[in-house]
Amino acid sequence: MDILVLLIPVSLFLGGLGLAGFFWTLRKGMYDDPEGDARRILRDDYDDRPRREDDESG
Amino acid sequence: MSAALQPAGPSACPACAAAPAAEQLARAGRQAGARLMLSLPTVHCAGCISAVEGDLARHPGVNSARVNLTLKRVTVDAEPEVTAGALIERLERLGYEAHELDPGTLSMTQTDRQGRELLMRLGVAGFAMMNIMLLSVAVWSGAEAATRDLFHFISAAIAIPTVAFSGQPFFRNALAALRAGRLGMDVPISLAILLATGISLFETFNSGAHAYFDAAVMLTFFLLAGRYLDYRTRAVARSAAQELAALEVPRARRIAPDGTEEEVPVSELAAGALVRVRPGGRVPVDGVVTEGTSELDRSLLTGESLPSWAGPQTAVSAGEVNLTGPLTVRVTAAGRESSLHRMADLVAVAESARNRYTSLADRAARAYAPVVHLLALGALVGWLWVSGGDLRLAVNIAAATLIITCPCALGLAVPAVVTAASGRLFRDGLLIKDGTALERLAEIDTVVFDKTGTLTLGVPEPVNLDTHPQPARRVALALARASSHPLAAALTQAETVPPADVTDIREVPGYGVEGRWQGRRVRLGRASWVGAAAETVTAAYLRIGDEPARAFTFSDRLRPGAEAAVQTLRAQGKAVRLISGDVPAAVAELAARLGIDDWQAEVLPEGKAEAVQALTEAGHRVLMVGDGLNDTAALAAAHVSVSPASALDAARVASDIVLLGRDIAPLGRAARVARLSTRRIRENFAISLLYNAVAVPVALLGYASPLLAALAMSASSITVSLNALRLK
Repeated sequence: MDILVLLIPVSLFLGGLGLAGFFWTLRKGMYDDPEGDARRILRDDYDDRPRREDDESG
Repeated sequence: MSAALQPAGPSACPACAAAPAAEQLARAGRQAGARLMLSLPTVHCAGCISAVEGDLARHPGVNSARVNLTLKRVTVDAEPEVTAGALIERLERLGYEAHELDPGTLSMTQTDRQGRELLMRLGVAGFAMMNIMLLSVAVWSGAEAATRDLFHFISAAIAIPTVAFSGQPFFRNALAALRAGRLGMDVPISLAILLATGISLFETFNSGAHAYFDAAVMLTFFLLAGRYLDYRTRAVARSAAQELAALEVPRARRIAPDGTEEEVPVSELAAGALVRVRPGGRVPVDGVVTEGTSELDRSLLTGESLPSWAGPQTAVSAGEVNLTGPLTVRVTAAGRESSLHRMADLVAVAESARNRYTSLADRAARAYAPVVHLLALGALVGWLWVSGGDLRLAVNIAAATLIITCPCALGLAVPAVVTAASGRLFRDGLLIKDGTALERLAEIDTVVFDKTGTLTLGVPEPVNLDTHPQPARRVALALARASSHPLAAALTQAETVPPADVTDIREVPGYGVEGRWQGRRVRLGRASWVGAAAETVTAAYLRIGDEPARAFTFSDRLRPGAEAAVQTLRAQGKAVRLISGDVPAAVAELAARLGIDDWQAEVLPEGKAEAVQALTEAGHRVLMVGDGLNDTAALAAAHVSVSPASALDAARVASDIVLLGRDIAPLGRAARVARLSTRRIRENFAISLLYNAVAVPVALLGYASPLLAALAMSASSITVSLNALRLK
């Protein structure tokens, strides 16, 4: 049972990591256009090189 | 997503933290560049995104364009000289319908923040639920004594802050309801969450066997999910209503005493000021023409499809469209006092009358909340009596009853269905503005249509071209090409013959176009001007020299899907009526074309509302479909109402559903989806009642365990959500 002392903090930490990730995606506006994002990956644009930040903000 | 497209709050861009200069640059660019927003009701695929973004990016002055497919709109970051009109034209050439939106009135950041806050609470509740469940499974599978107590303590450490943070929306609403002396759905919810947490904490400190931390957090999670869905539906509708309201022109060209023109907001205009209304522009105020002649399209205000003449001393109303010549108008009433606004005020009165509609959810909550409280109280008193005063046992059982009866599935029953249904209708091009609109739409048995702009597009189409000899058609085309009048434009577009060689062409605003052809004077325009007898239908008259005048007649182009919509509605057993402000000949023609037997013409705005009211009093549930100012009172009086996106804003505000695209055919399908979704909502109520019917006796008898509560809660919530998804 001693293993619990390690496992419980580990599970809480991993869960917390997921929660922090969720907050990050929320702040980055990744849920603003779920429909569009699902389809954007099907496009050929930017397949050869990733889109750069200044491409977008202009 | 770049910082430039995200107006909200502090820097959300990690790269910007490393390069603050870049962000400053982006911010400066944002201020200089005009941000335009266009509504695109017809985008639907990856190809559309590429086409629209690529095409807009090629427009000179456009820095970037980003399509949001979920909201069907595009945000354009562009130099100040780029106008929305130019972009709309570009997109229409590409085959996409577009409407300008005013980003200023779209207080999106506000609604966004609310939505994010709810999502964050949902995320926290989800995280806590999973962790506590992990510990609870260990307890349920036999953890004993010190281990169990430790697990309960850890659960408490996670659950208490979670409930305090995530449960706030419920607590706030419950408090407000109690203050107002009501028992909403939120009172039993808050009570169950708080009681479950409290009793579990007490049990934990006394090394009790049962703790309901998982139930308390799970309840919060599922109910928040329902709340979030509900919010999403309303937020989309609200922002759309706002953005459509933003379609109205808020600016006017004021003529200063020294003769210069400046663009000013309509709100700054005072009675007595002079404004210039250009051809093609909408009259921004009520007033009297002082200079210039032209023709006015009053269809949005009165339903007349025929343009009417305007010259000095003609009174004009806000909302009319100036067709041919520039007009100078002396303002008699602007802004709040204009007829447009008075009509909007009328609508507001009618609106508040309709808000008395009680939705299915409200009715369910009203019946449910007292029953739940009585059951829990009954359990407490009953067990106190049975056990001879064992308060701990009685409170435990009462809490278990509250938790199990708590309307977890009930809270999801309506939002899940409404989300699925309005999502489906949104893809069809229909925007549900009001949460109860679907329920009301499901109840209708009579449909009343307006004519101009609703069943027709308000765009004329020549109908008798073939009856005229070639030379006449060629002369007419040559003259028509010189004018931007809608009839002339329609003729130019429809004509297939080459134009004749007409010289000295000049347009006489308000009357027509004249020129010389083979030494003779030729005129195309109003009947009185060319010397012809006026017909009853819309027509432009052509006179070549001394020959008798010829009439080119026009009919209003049918809105795509109008026939299908009327047919579908009729097939569903609904009575279809046509009530228009237009002349009888035009109305009769359209009614015959669509096969509507029941029609009325030349009906005044009050007459429309009275007709709808009379139908309502006769026991009918009326769906009103209209677009003009003359329809607004009727729209507000009807049981449920629909208006196209091209409608005047007062009409759109008064209606519950807005048709985003040009096609009206989805209306027939919408009525079917509405009936289906109401059925699903009822099924969902039945499902959650069924779960309760099984679980409540168990809880009352004292056999409820945290495991049973968790199972009942998640199983019913999932069943209800799956049932809602069947709508897709």
